[in-house]
Amino acid sequence: MTLLKEPDYGTPLSPREDLVAVEIDGLPAKVRAGTTVLRAARESGVDVPKLCATDSLKPFGSCRLCLVEIEGRKGYPASCTTPVEAGMKIRTQTPALAKLRRNVMELYISDHPLDCLTCSANGDCELQDMAGAVGLREVRYGFDGDNHLFEAIDESNPYFTFDPTKCIVCSRCVRACDEVQGTFALTIEGRGFKSKVSASMGESFLDSECVSCGACVQACPTATLMEKSIIDNGQPEHSVLTTCAYCGVGCSFKAEMKGDQVVRMTPYKDGHANHGHSCVKGRFAWGYASHKERVLDPLIRESIHDPWRKVTWDEAIQYSARRFKEIQAKYGRKSVGGITSSRCTNEEVFVVQKLVRAAFGNNNVDTCARVCHSPTGYGLKKTLGTSAGTQPFDSVMDADVIVVIGANPTEGHPVFASQMKRRLREGAKLIVVDPRKIGLVRSPRIKADFHLPLLPGTNVPMINAFAHVIVSEGLVDEAYVAERCDTEAFAAWKEFILQSENSPETVSEISGVPAEDIRGAARLYGQAENGAIYYGLGVTEHSQGSTMVMGMANLAMATGNLGFTGRGVNPLRGQNNVQGSCDMGSFPHQLSGYRPVADDAVRGSFEKMWGVELDSEPGYRIPNMFDAAIAGVYKGMYIQGEDLAQSDPNTKHVEAALGSLECVVVQDLFLNETAKFAHVFLPGTSFLEKDGTFINAERRINRVRPVMKPRQGKGEWLVTQELAQALGYPMNYNNESEIMDEIAALTPTFSGVSFKFLDEVGSVQWPCNEKAPMGTPIMHIDNFVRGKGLFIETAYVPTEERTTRKFPLLLTTGRTLTQYNVGAQTRRTDNIVWYHEDLLEIHPSDAELRGIREGDRVSLSSRKGEVTLEARVTERVQPGVVYTTFHDPQTGANVVTTEYSDWATNCPEYKVTAVQVAPAVHRSEWQQQFDQRAKEQGKILETT
Amino acid sequence: MAGRVKIFVPRETAALSMGADEVVAEMLAQGRLHGRDIELVRNGSWGMSWLEPLAEVIVNGERVAYGPVAADDVASLFQADFLSGGQHPLKMGATSAIPYLEKQDRWTFRRCGLIDPLSIEEYRGNGGFAGLEKAFELGAAGVLQELKASGLRGRGGAGFPTGIKWQTVADAAGEQKYIACNADEGDSGTFSDRMLMEGDPLTLIEGMLIAGFAVGANRGYVYLRSEYPLARTVFLKALAVARESGWLGKNIQGSGFDFDIDLHLGAGSYVCGEETAMLESLEGKAGLIRYKPPLPAIAGLFGKPTVVNNVVTLASVPEILVRGSEAYAALGTGRSKGTLAFQLAGNIRRGGLVEIAFGLTLRELIEDWGGGTFSGRDIRAVQIGGPLGAYFPQHLLDTPLDYEAFAALDGLIGHGGVVVFDDSVNMAAQARFAMEFCALESCGKCTPCRIGSVRGVEVIDRIVANENRDANLELLQELCDTMVDGSLCAMGGLTPFPVRSAVKYFPKDFEGSSAVQASAGVNK
Repeated sequence: MTLLKEPDYGTPLSPREDLVAVEIDGLPAKVRAGTTVLRAARESGVDVPKLCATDSLKPFGSCRLCLVEIEGRKGYPASCTTPVEAGMKIRTQTPALAKLRRNVMELYISDHPLDCLTCSANGDCELQDMAGAVGLREVRYGFDGDNHLFEAIDESNPYFTFDPTKCIVCSRCVRACDEVQGTFALTIEGRGFKSKVSASMGESFLDSECVSCGACVQACPTATLMEKSIIDNGQPEHSVLTTCAYCGVGCSFKAEMKGDQVVRMTPYKDGHANHGHSCVKGRFAWGYASHKERVLDPLIRESIHDPWRKVTWDEAIQYSARRFKEIQAKYGRKSVGGITSSRCTNEEVFVVQKLVRAAFGNNNVDTCARVCHSPTGYGLKKTLGTSAGTQPFDSVMDADVIVVIGANPTEGHPVFASQMKRRLREGAKLIVVDPRKIGLVRSPRIKADFHLPLLPGTNVPMINAFAHVIVSEGLVDEAYVAERCDTEAFAAWKEFILQSENSPETVSEISGVPAEDIRGAARLYGQAENGAIYYGLGVTEHSQGSTMVMGMANLAMATGNLGFTGRGVNPLRGQNNVQGSCDMGSFPHQLSGYRPVADDAVRGSFEKMWGVELDSEPGYRIPNMFDAAIAGVYKGMYIQGEDLAQSDPNTKHVEAALGSLECVVVQDLFLNETAKFAHVFLPGTSFLEKDGTFINAERRINRVRPVMKPRQGKGEWLVTQELAQALGYPMNYNNESEIMDEIAALTPTFSGVSFKFLDEVGSVQWPCNEKAPMGTPIMHIDNFVRGKGLFIETAYVPTEERTTRKFPLLLTTGRTLTQYNVGAQTRRTDNIVWYHEDLLEIHPSDAELRGIREGDRVSLSSRKGEVTLEARVTERVQPGVVYTTFHDPQTGANVVTTEYSDWATNCPEYKVTAVQVAPAVHRSEWQQQFDQRAKEQGKILETT
Repeated sequence: MAGRVKIFVPRETAALSMGADEVVAEMLAQGRLHGRDIELVRNGSWGMSWLEPLAEVIVNGERVAYGPVAADDVASLFQADFLSGGQHPLKMGATSAIPYLEKQDRWTFRRCGLIDPLSIEEYRGNGGFAGLEKAFELGAAGVLQELKASGLRGRGGAGFPTGIKWQTVADAAGEQKYIACNADEGDSGTFSDRMLMEGDPLTLIEGMLIAGFAVGANRGYVYLRSEYPLARTVFLKALAVARESGWLGKNIQGSGFDFDIDLHLGAGSYVCGEETAMLESLEGKAGLIRYKPPLPAIAGLFGKPTVVNNVVTLASVPEILVRGSEAYAALGTGRSKGTLAFQLAGNIRRGGLVEIAFGLTLRELIEDWGGGTFSGRDIRAVQIGGPLGAYFPQHLLDTPLDYEAFAALDGLIGHGGVVVFDDSVNMAAQARFAMEFCALESCGKCTPCRIGSVRGVEVIDRIVANENRDANLELLQELCDTMVDGSLCAMGGLTPFPVRSAVKYFPKDFEGSSAVQASAGVNK
C-alpha cells in the first residue's frame, strides 16, 4: 500500500481523436490534435514545470513556468495555452528557459514564507517541487520588499483553512469553483500585486456562498487552502480506493491514510461517476465513523423500557435467534421479517434477504427503496423492461435539453449537479418542473429556460400535457415509435393523450402553471436533438408516483429519446446503494435482478443453490409490516441500517407498530430512533470498514474497500451469517467476494461481475454478462429490454390528500446539501455549522397572513400530527406551499406526513400533505413525548 | 441691427477645462448687451489645444479664429467687433490658414472642429456616410480589398494590418460576429479617441457600420473609459441621432443591413485597454488578460469572431473608402501608410492633435508643431507610445515617425501620444514610475508583471540609493528580460522598454548621488 499520486497532465484531454506528430526535445511524439504542448510533453513523459495548470481545469496561462521554445516562433510561448501543430518542434529545456523559469520562481519566492519545514503542505507542495525543479538557489530581491506575509488566516470553515500568506494567485481555486463546482463563490479581488482570493464579496469562507465542496482545496498547489485534518495530522502515507457512502452519485475516493486513520478523502480523478469531484459530505463529513456516540458493543435487553446490557457477539446473536424462533413458533412462520439497507453493500444486503427467505422461511423482506424509488423500478420495468435509469452520468454532456422533474440536484446530488451545470453553461437548455424555485432555476451563469412551479401532486397531468403538446403538434418521432414500440399500445395512448383533459389549458388550471409555459417547455423538449429527463423523489413519492414514471417513459419513447447518449430517463437515486439493494432482491416479490419470487424456474435456481425450499408467495411490504404488527400478526423484525421510526411517514403509526413488536433487532452504527424500540442492538460498520460493492444511480458497480478493520470486530455480512446459522440455516461464506460470486451465479445481469473483475476495470455498469462483458453504459440501444417499448395510459387520479379550510397549505419535503436523509451521519459531523435544525420554508404572503416572521417558531400540523419548528420566510416556495427537511429526529417532520402511498408500490406520498401553519411557543405534544423518551433512553444508555 | 452671427466654441474636454463654457456664457451675455443675434455652435475641437478655448466667427463665409479666449477677454472682443472679424490681440486669422492646422493631412479628423458633432445634416453635408455608401457599392469583399490595399494598421498601438484582421473575422465560421471598439484610451499624453468621439462621433459610428458590413456583424460595442464623461454624453446622443435618422438599427437606409451599437463604460483600469482584457470586461467579468491564441478575430466577445479596433482605426475607414485606398497608401513611408493623429503633450508649448502622414521626424513634429518645450528649456527626453514606450534622448529625435523605425530602436509609435520632458527631468524617477505604473495597473494574472513590477520599483530604489549598485543593475536587466520574455501581455512585456531606455540613455541619473539629483532637479 502506497500513496496513490495521480498524474497531472496539466490541461484536459483533447476531445479530438485524430493524431498529430510533433517533436519534443528531439524525440518524436504523437498526440491528439488540439492537445496543448504542455500535455503533449507530459504525455510523452517530459515534465515541463507548471503551477497554474492542472488537467481538471481549462488552461489559464498565468504562472509562466511552462514556457517553451518552438522552432520558428518568436519568444517563449506558454506550453499550457499553445496547441500542438503537425510537425511542431518543441524544446522544453534550454539554458534560456532555465534562466527564465528560475527568475520567475525567484519572483514567487520573494513573496512567500520560507517555512517549508513546518508548513502543512510540506511533502505535497507544487511550489516547493517547482522551486526544486527549476533549481532556485537564491532570492536576490531579498525578503524585505512588499509582500503578503502578514495577512490574516481564515479558519472559519470547519474543514479547511485559507492562508493568504501562502497564496501564489494561480487562480486554481477560483477556476475550480467556477469550472468544476459551478458555484462561482470565489473571485480574485483587486488587481496587480493586491490581487487576492476572496470568497463572495470579501466575506469569510463560512459566511460566503461557498458550498464547501473542497474543489478549491484540492486544486490549491500550496498550503493556502488546506484541510484541517492534514494540518492536524500531517501528510498521509498510503491510500485506498473506495466509494462514497452518501448519495446515489457514487463518487470514487482515495481514502488517504496514516496507518488506519483517515486523514483526507480525495475524490479520484479516474472515478467514472465523479471525475475527481466531490461535495461537502463525501469529502469532509466522514468524522461520524469515529463519533463518540457510535456503539461498538452488542447490546440486548428484555423490554424496550429496560436498560441496555453489553454482551458478547455470541450472546447477542443467540439471543436474537432464540427470540425469533420463539415468535415463529408462537405466531407462525410469517410473523417475522427483515429490512435491508441501502446504506450497506450489495453483499451485506444479499445475505440479509437470503436470511429472511432461507432462514425465516418467508419473503417478508423489504428495503428503504420502498419509500423512495420503488415507483421507478415499477414504472421503468413496465414500459421499458429494466428497473433502473437508462444512462451514465456522462451522457448529460451530450444533452441539448435537460428536464429536471422533482429533483434538486444541487442539494441532493451535488457532484452530478456540477456536471449538469457545466453542460448548461455550454448552452444546453433547461426545464425545471418543481413546486419550488430550486437552485438550478437561477444561479450564477445558469438560468432555466422554463420553470414550471406546479402544485404538489400534479405531476401526472403535467407530463400528460407535455405529451399532449408533442402529439398534437406533430413532434412525435413516428419512425422511432413504429420501429421500436408496441404500436397498438401507442395508438391507444395517443388517443388518450389527445383528450382535452390533457391539454395544457386544462392542466394549467390543475397545476397553476400557465398553459403557454407548458406548451413552450414541451416544444423545447419535443424539438430537442437530445432531450434528457432527470428526476427524483418529487416524482416517485406520490400516490401516482408509478404513473408519473410511466408518463415520463411514454414521453421519452414518443420523442425517440431513449437508447442514445444525451437522452434517457434518469432517476437520481438518493442513497449510495439504493440501486444495489433493489438489484439484490430486497423486495418481497422479487429475487435478485427483479425476477418474481413466484416464478418457479427463478425460485428453483435459488433453492438449488441455497439448498432450501423457498416460499413462492410474496411477503409483506414495509407498510404492510406496520399494519400487520398493529393487527398483532407480525411480531419480529431484523432491521439493518434503516431508521424506520424517523424516515417513514406518519411517525405515530410507525411508532405504534414498532412498539407492538416482541423482537426488534437493529443493526446500525448508532442507537437511532428505531433502536428505541429494539431488543437487540448489533453494532454495524461504516463504509470505511466494509469490503464490497455499491451500485450508483447509473447502475455502476463500484468497489468499496476497507481502510481499517471493523471497529466493532465483525463485518456486517458475518453478523448476518452468524444469525442465520443460529437460526439453523447453514450460511458459510468465507468472505465478501464469495457472496458476490453467488450473486453473479444467480443473477443474469450480474454474471460477469466479481471483485477480481472490478479491481481490474475499476467499475462496471450492469448488465454485465456474456452479452455485455464490459457492462452497459446506455440501456435500450437498438431495442428495449422488454422487447417493444410499451406506452401505458396515465390517467390522472388526484390524491385523496387535499387542502381544506382547516389544512389550507400543502407541505412538501426534501433534503439540504449539508445533511443527509435522517442525519444519523451528518448530524455527527461539523456539517451542523450549516444546519442547526429543520426549517419550514413559507412564502412571505402566507407568513404575513399568519403573523409569522423569519425565525419565528411555528407549529406545522396535519390530520396526522403536529410539530413545531423555525420558519424561514422565502419566495423559494410559492404561495400555498410550505417545505421542510426531515434530517432531525427532534423535529419529526414525518409526524405530519400521511399514510397515503403510490397505488402500485406503496411508496409513501411524502410530497403532498395538507397542513396548517401557525405561530407557536412550545414544542408540540409529540415532540414533548420525544424529549421525554430521549431522556429515558438516555438514562438507559448511561448504564451500557 | 446686424444679422444673425454664428460663433463656434468647442464643447470639448480640453476647451472646457480652459473655461469654454464661461466664455460661451459671457458671449451670450455680451451679445444681448450689444443687441447682437448670436447663434452659438458647440463644435468639436480642431485639436489646437494651445489655442483653446478657440472661438470662431464666420466672416464673409470664412471662419476666423480667436484664441485662447478667456471669459475676461470677451468684452474686449466685442469692443473690437470680432463678430465682423475685427482686429484683436487674440485674432489668429482664418482658421484653415493657421499653419498648425494647414500643414496637417486631415483625413480621419477632417470634420473634427468643423461641424456640429450631433448634426446629421452637417455630417452629410461634409461627406459623412459617403464611406458607408461606398461600402454598400463595393460590397463586403470590395471593402476588405480596399482596406488591405490602403495599408491601414491598428491605431491603438499594436499596428496590426486592419484589412487582414477584418478578413480573418469575415472568414471565421459562425453566424454571430461582433465589432468591438476600443475607446479605453489610457496612454499618457493621448486624447485622439476622445477628441474624435466628442468632435465627430458619427464618423466612428460610420466606421463601425462599415466594419460590420464588411465582416458580417450586426452588433457593435464601444468600450469607453469612465474618465471620459463628455465623450460618453456626446456619443450616446450621436447614437440616438443616428438611430432616429435611419443610420443605425434595422435595414439601414433601406440597404437591408442591420447594425446597432451599445456603449459600455470601463471602470478605471488601464489594462482593460488591452483587447482581451477589454473583451472580458465587456462580458461583465474582471478585466484579466486572456491568452492568445485563439485570437479575438476567431474567438472574441462571448467566444464569437470579433473585430477589435481602436476608435481612430475605425474612424479612419470611411475617408479611406471615400478618397480611395490608393490615395491613402500614397501617404506615409515604408510599411507605415497613411496618416496618424499624433498628440503632443507634456512639457510642450503648442500641445494638441496633429494628423499627419507618417515619415516626418519626431523632431519636426515637436519643434515645427509643438514649438519646443513649454518651459523654454532644452528637451531632454521624449516618450512616445504611452507609458510603455521608450524614452528617446535628443540624439534620436531625428528618427522618422514610422512603426518599423521606432521598433528598431526598441521604441513604440503606439497610439501616437508624444510626451516631452525638458532637462529638469530625473530619468531614474521616470524609470521607477514605469515600474510603479505597471504595479498599479497590472491585472495581476501573470507572475512577471504582478510581482516583477513591484520588485522593479524596489530594485531601482536600491540602485539609486547605491545599495549593491552593480548587482542590482544586473538584477534589473534580468528582471526586464523576465518581464519581456515571460509576461502574458504587452503590459508586463513592454514596461521594461521605458526602464531600459532610461538606463541606457541616461545612466548618470541612476548613479544616485545627490549631485546628480541636484543638477537634474527632482522630478515632482
